[in-house]
Amino acid sequence: MESMAAPLPSPTVEPVVVEDVSPDVPWQAIVWNDPVNLMSYVTYVLKKLFGYPEEKATALMMDVHLKGKAAVSAGDKDKIEADVAKLHAAGLWATMQKSS
Amino acid sequence: MNGWKKAGRGAKVRLVASFDEQEAVVLRGLIGEVRQMLAGRTADNPADELAALTGIRTGPSTRPDDRVLARLLPDFTTEDADLAAGLRSLHEPALIEAKESAAELVLDTLPVAGGRVELAPEQGDVWLAALNDVRLALGTALDVSEDMPEQLPSDDPRASHLGVYHWLTYVQDGLVQARMKV
Repeated sequence: MESMAAPLPSPTVEPVVVEDVSPDVPWQAIVWNDPVNLMSYVTYVLKKLFGYPEEKATALMMDVHLKGKAAVSAGDKDKIEADVAKLHAAGLWATMQKSS
Repeated sequence: MNGWKKAGRGAKVRLVASFDEQEAVVLRGLIGEVRQMLAGRTADNPADELAALTGIRTGPSTRPDDRVLARLLPDFTTEDADLAAGLRSLHEPALIEAKESAAELVLDTLPVAGGRVELAPEQGDVWLAALNDVRLALGTALDVSEDMPEQLPSDDPRASHLGVYHWLTYVQDGLVQARMKV
């Protein structure tokens, strides 16, 4: 991701756990880091699409930025398929995968 | 273009910026090019008889060869090629339509000769998506990387385009910041 003029938050971000992952919700939407999408925009998209509070959206964005990817939502296949379609419409690089 | 500002309040809150003529020409031109690329992808995959009969559109099942289009229209999964093909075929027409209508909203709200742009918050969201598509297209074409310098050497053929890319970044980031305040 490309950062903008605003200073980077310190990279000591707690690992993000998507709370609703459990054996019976076997799919995850993954957002991957890419060099174009802005940190501010990725945070905004996660807030808007999933209703996440600022803090959670920022932590997920930082995971994408620093670790290369983050699971941003989990659920059944239809829900995650719809989530990935929305992320693509926003221009994020997203895929779906079965939770391991 | 001197940044985005919030104007008005309540139901009448607007995101406002002004673009000079040159900026409007550049942005409208890039938006038009992305729209044309997407239209080309659709034209390469005309609706078949089955789609005409059922009204259910399906898109191509294979990823675009062009890397810019491939970035705008990503695979749904990397783990299962059949699933990726099926989901692309199912979702790609709607994704292209969403991107084309975002491009059209920008063309409708950005005066040809430049001037004031006033957006309702939800129009701001559409602008953000369209600006992102243009940055993705240009960034992919320019091989932008995270450690790309602010300026390239003047003998690099990408140097002048990179300036446009950075300007688009400024326009988009300013709109994100303004949008988060309304």
